[in-house]
Amino acid sequence: MIPVVGLIIAQIVVARGHFTSDAIAAPSAIMMAGARALLDGSILVLTGQTLAAVIVGLGIGCGLGVSIGSVLGTFPTINRSMEFTVEALRPIPSVALLPLAMLIFGFGYRMEFSLIAFSAMWPMLILTRQAVAHIEPCLIEVSRMVGFGFLNHVVKIILPATLPRLFVAFRLAAGFALTVAITVEIAANPLGLGYAMITAQLSLHPALMLALLIWVGIIGWLFNGGLLWAQRRLFGPSATAGLEQ
Amino acid sequence: MNRARLLGVVQSVAVAGVLVFFWQVVADYRLVSPVYVPGPDRIFDALREGFGGGDLGSTLLATIGHLAAGWLLASIIGIAIGAVIGSSPSVRPYINPILEFFRPLPASSMFPFAMALFGLSNQMVLSVIAFGALWPTLLATIHGFASVEARLLEVSRILGMSRFSVMMKVQIPNALPDILSGMRISMTVALVLSVVGEIMASVNGLGLWVLLAARSFHAADLFAGVVLLGGIGYLGAQVLTVVEDWALRWQHPR
Repeated sequence: MIPVVGLIIAQIVVARGHFTSDAIAAPSAIMMAGARALLDGSILVLTGQTLAAVIVGLGIGCGLGVSIGSVLGTFPTINRSMEFTVEALRPIPSVALLPLAMLIFGFGYRMEFSLIAFSAMWPMLILTRQAVAHIEPCLIEVSRMVGFGFLNHVVKIILPATLPRLFVAFRLAAGFALTVAITVEIAANPLGLGYAMITAQLSLHPALMLALLIWVGIIGWLFNGGLLWAQRRLFGPSATAGLEQ
Repeated sequence: MNRARLLGVVQSVAVAGVLVFFWQVVADYRLVSPVYVPGPDRIFDALREGFGGGDLGSTLLATIGHLAAGWLLASIIGIAIGAVIGSSPSVRPYINPILEFFRPLPASSMFPFAMALFGLSNQMVLSVIAFGALWPTLLATIHGFASVEARLLEVSRILGMSRFSVMMKVQIPNALPDILSGMRISMTVALVLSVVGEIMASVNGLGLWVLLAARSFHAADLFAGVVLLGGIGYLGAQVLTVVEDWALRWQHPR
């Protein structure tokens, strides 16, 4: 209700005031710009670029995070000896490595993959470590008594016991990944929605820039909502009770 | 701290030391190009020179300044608005859809808009930091105030407590754990946005420092900046842990 009233007021103010601004555009102009970008397909191509970077980077980061995290969670000795290293590397903000990634990979997808993977790796690593370390000891005993091999042990015991927690971690990592992707595109990388926003702003097209901003908001909302829905659908409320936020 | 715990700490620091030593060996034998990855000795030299003769100290302080100002601003606004929204059930249905839209929005996507409003200035950087860091604290505060046990509110009404003392004695103690954990996430967000903002607006700070170091292929300076940024993130989290332990000491009575 409130947004609708706000939009109408904004439209009236902008339409009557005859002012031009580099930052603000009338809601009608924003809708026009958004519709145009949607119709000529450009916004979909840009979204595809951003999401491709998110998915690949997230895949790499989750793979690394889950594998390192499960090693640390399974072997307390290794975990104890790596504690300081992990705690020293974890607080490095991924964007601090942006110039380094530019130096090593240049512009393009690879640079964006590396930064997204770095930021997505940490939540996966920490939460996988925790999930694997806190598996019910009885389950491990059962697995040993039944004589499961490594593969069976992982597939039949470890995965079912940790999957709900891993999915919560994945949701967290996915949120980081989208944020990092947009950030990298705005700050440096000539790809995707972030870059399109900053070029629209620099070429003084506030309507297109705001349309893209709203689009990014919708994508973020759908992304987040989709993952939440999947979590509820796959695991139900009981599996993830007490894990929210 | 018991002995086993102490032993674990010593062990993990020793392992980290061995890893740094390996890194040094790798750098000395040039197994990785020194253009990208300098050895720890060169990074240490860069830190010493930067703090000694150079302006790394003022750069570090500039970033801490951005981070602290934006984060405090966001915390104050977030707690104030969150308290109002959280304690009035009639307002929440109107506000919630807006909050739900802004929460997953990547905060850095506000940079183009802020640049158009404020130009490439400190205000621009601060406004985006404050905007981005606002959401975690705001949502946590709303949750903290909204989840007050209804009977406690009834009791305080029966006791005839004033609005102010209800807030001080019931609502704030209930919301404090949520507020603090929200502020912790906000601080991480604020650090990221400080770095990006400095890069975008060419404002003095560690973000600009690492960017310029990379552009001029001074990898040692770049790593020095990364080390300091990691240090800020680590120390910030430690300070908050201390504050949390002190402010929530009633949760764990001795």
